[in-house]
Amino acid sequence: MCRLFAMSSAEPLSPIVALEALDVMREGHDGSGVGLFLRDLGGPFEEMKDAPILSGIFTEKGLKRLDAYMMNIGFMTKYKLSIKVPKTPPPGVPKRDVYLVRAYEYPEEWENLSFDQIAERLVRIRLELRAMGEAEKDMIVFSFWPDVIMIKEIGEPIQIAEHLKLDRKELKARILMAQGRQNTNYAINLYACHPFFLQGYSTMTNGENTAFVPIREFLQSRNFPGYTGYQSDSEVFTHILHYTITRLGLGIEAYKHVITPLRDEDIARHPDGPMLQQIKHGCRRLIIDGPNCVIGSLPDHSLFMVQDRKKLRPGVVGGKPGCFAFSSEICGLDAAIPDRDKSRDFQPMYLDTAIVGPERQEVTICRQTSPLVHRP
Amino acid sequence: MPSNIPIGPSTLSTFDLPWQILWDKDRCTLCGQCTAVCPVHAIELGVFRKRTVDPAWGSGSKPSTSFSLYYGIRQKTAPANACVGCAMCTLVCPNDAIRPLRAEEDDKLRFHRNQGGQARNRGGRRNVPGTVLDRIKFIRISMLTDPALDAGRHEFEIRTLLGRVLDPEDNLKFLNQNGWIPPVREIYPLVIGSMSFGALSPTMWEGLQMGVAYLNEQMGMPVRMCTGEGGCPPRLLRSRFLKYVILQIASGYFGWDEIIHALPHMKEDPCAIEIKYGQGAKPGDGGLLMWYKVNKLIAAIRGVPPGVSLPSPPTHQTQYSIEESVAKMIQSMYMAWGFRVPVYPKISATSTALAVLNNLVRNPYAGGLGIDGEDGGTGAAYNVSMNHMGHPIASNIRDAYLTLVQSGKQNEIPLIAGGGIGKSGNLAANAAALIMLGASAVQVGKSIMQAAAGCLGSETDRCNICNIGQCPKGITSQDPRLYRRLDPEKVAERLVDVYVSFDTELKKIIAPLGRSTALPIGMSDALGIDDRDVAERLHIQYVV
Ligand code: SF4
Ligand code: SF4
Repeated sequence: MCRLFAMSSAEPLSPIVALEALDVMREGHDGSGVGLFLRDLGGPFEEMKDAPILSGIFTEKGLKRLDAYMMNIGFMTKYKLSIKVPKTPPPGVPKRDVYLVRAYEYPEEWENLSFDQIAERLVRIRLELRAMGEAEKDMIVFSFWPDVIMIKEIGEPIQIAEHLKLDRKELKARILMAQGRQNTNYAINLYACHPFFLQGYSTMTNGENTAFVPIREFLQSRNFPGYTGYQSDSEVFTHILHYTITRLGLGIEAYKHVITPLRDEDIARHPDGPMLQQIKHGCRRLIIDGPNCVIGSLPDHSLFMVQDRKKLRPGVVGGKPGCFAFSSEICGLDAAIPDRDKSRDFQPMYLDTAIVGPERQEVTICRQTSPLVHRP
Repeated sequence: MPSNIPIGPSTLSTFDLPWQILWDKDRCTLCGQCTAVCPVHAIELGVFRKRTVDPAWGSGSKPSTSFSLYYGIRQKTAPANACVGCAMCTLVCPNDAIRPLRAEEDDKLRFHRNQGGQARNRGGRRNVPGTVLDRIKFIRISMLTDPALDAGRHEFEIRTLLGRVLDPEDNLKFLNQNGWIPPVREIYPLVIGSMSFGALSPTMWEGLQMGVAYLNEQMGMPVRMCTGEGGCPPRLLRSRFLKYVILQIASGYFGWDEIIHALPHMKEDPCAIEIKYGQGAKPGDGGLLMWYKVNKLIAAIRGVPPGVSLPSPPTHQTQYSIEESVAKMIQSMYMAWGFRVPVYPKISATSTALAVLNNLVRNPYAGGLGIDGEDGGTGAAYNVSMNHMGHPIASNIRDAYLTLVQSGKQNEIPLIAGGGIGKSGNLAANAAALIMLGASAVQVGKSIMQAAAGCLGSETDRCNICNIGQCPKGITSQDPRLYRRLDPEKVAERLVDVYVSFDTELKKIIAPLGRSTALPIGMSDALGIDDRDVAERLHIQYVV
């Protein structure tokens, strides 16, 4: 079972904080991979919140192809963070040429586009690059989105942090999400590493999603190019989140209603019962109902956590105003925010969605039996 | 017995029959129970003459011959009276003195059954044991803690949907605009398939209905039962139990007068309306109720004179095409119940099933599609239809499901699979396999009869005389002397047992998959089979 850690802090933090928290939970992951998601960036990226940032891993040749491709469609490099790695990687970590984090200037002709149009195009470009990379094995692209950096690699989290020198001052963010991977089912593949990302929505999960095949089939048939990839059964959680909010026009508190709907008796008593019944029917294929804990981040910079219906996966939220963390084990939380009021730690139960909003002042709990806030 | 027995071309000896009666003279008390109970009069009391020769061993005595008479059981060999192997005689014999024995080689009777130019007509189903469903294995079982749930202790909500489910985006849009959202029912995924009132005896019907009501009201399992062709008893139509019933309208429209007349008096809506186009056991045939079963009551409910055979036409003669049928019939049925009741067609599995499905997809009213495979059962059909026609359900349902997946409609039109589920007694395993292949629900008839009422029919042509109304168990007979054998209370009790144990087994299969509130519909990654061709055809894993 993978270990998860996420943090939302008013002060930009180094990703090392998250990786150290993973390290204390180490018996839960086997070094088969680590994924890092950074948002609401600090340092040099603070000044360019709107610029799309491309993150990925490239070979020298891939980099040349990338440059040619991006130039061709009119993107100019605005800033880049070069990660030079030592010649010999730590044991178990593959040898790579370049880890790329590069912010771009939009092409001129994009100026008059609406944000939705831009979002659409950014996804297409990311997918195209990914396809190019898969064809020639020279690029792996994780994200292409403003104010977001993603780094993934195979190996022990802490060793990777040292190898990539992640404690540099340019790399700081107010939202961190990290996962130490325990490979249970599929072959080790970087695209299978959490967190997953799509148009500003990102999630990571532990536990196995056994409903993967029907959910994948459902999403793939929704006519949206971003619903693709699926190297991991957990990737669908990100896409369901995206679908719930962007396609169905529901709020984050409805996410749990989609993946783990209430029982019929509870729906009958619910103030939004008729609508929830329709959601339960229409989104039936998206019910996960397996043992999972999902931690995610939204474009408005909130972080949230939900559990499967039986709450078989642990998960805890705690912190203090200005700084909250979500962890799959209490020891991870202890490592990251030791000086919090532990009596206020919260473990979401099977009806709860725990949310820390962009103000980072408190943990909001949405119970599934409470009225919905957003309606489409 | 005369020594000059006439031997014609179709004269048969008992040895030529599929079943031979073994009768033990020493045990028999000549009570006559066996001959009284035999549904086909295959046995009669016989008088036997025995000659005893005394060779006279000692000196002085002369050899002699004496004759004696004794009474016993004689088996008839006329095709109409051939023993059907039901073993009712064994069941009633106080001394275990009699039993049918299956012939060790193929019987010759099969060549002589079609007497008077009449092809053989029988009930039951295709006489081929085993199905591909029995060979499918569930291979996705977690050995770590990850998905496995405790089948015995976790809470499960085993439900499926019947009715058109809209695409979630449209659904929420319509909801906000107060548009029409098609009615959807949450039902238990194991439906009692259509068995008509005329085909089943009143005690059987009553037993099933009681069992269904108990399952719903006491066990909290929303089990539904479909009526077949022939309508529905008026009292049921006007009762609150109607909500557990799926009314079938078949091509003969028998009994629909009664249903239409009852409409204003209905306290509840029926669960759904099934429009029957075909039956898996006899694709291309309509229904058939032979005159033996058309007694006064049945005739009254069906609106026909008593004592005549009632064949339904193979298609709905009022409809010109499937497009028309979908547009017209489905819609008018919706209208009849104020658009509150889901309506769906049922067809036999055939290679044209996909054409029907594609038609339904385009019609916003179609509430599902029932597909009945070649192993489905029937009360009466020609042997040739049952044994040699039809399409296996597994690949048909799989094709249908994958077609829906391609167009993204897999959540929208529920597929109900039927035909041979539980044929070898593996009800839950067969049902789960079909669900994972893509069915939203499964329907069973014969296995329920076998389990709940002790139907004797088997895949080796045992019994199968449902058509002539002489069902030895009283399941498919309209003769009170026969159907009084069946205690409806006991049928209800057994039905509940069957469902509860099915439920336990289904949970055992889906719990290791981590499923507890949503059925594993289409979770084909959990299936494997040891036959490469089948695996490839069904898009499941090949495992040896
Ligand atoms: S087995 Fe059935 S059909 Fe055969 S003799 Fe006995 S009662 Fe009659
Ligand atoms: S027992 Fe009755 S229902 Fe079963 S096969 Fe025989 S006649 Fe048909």
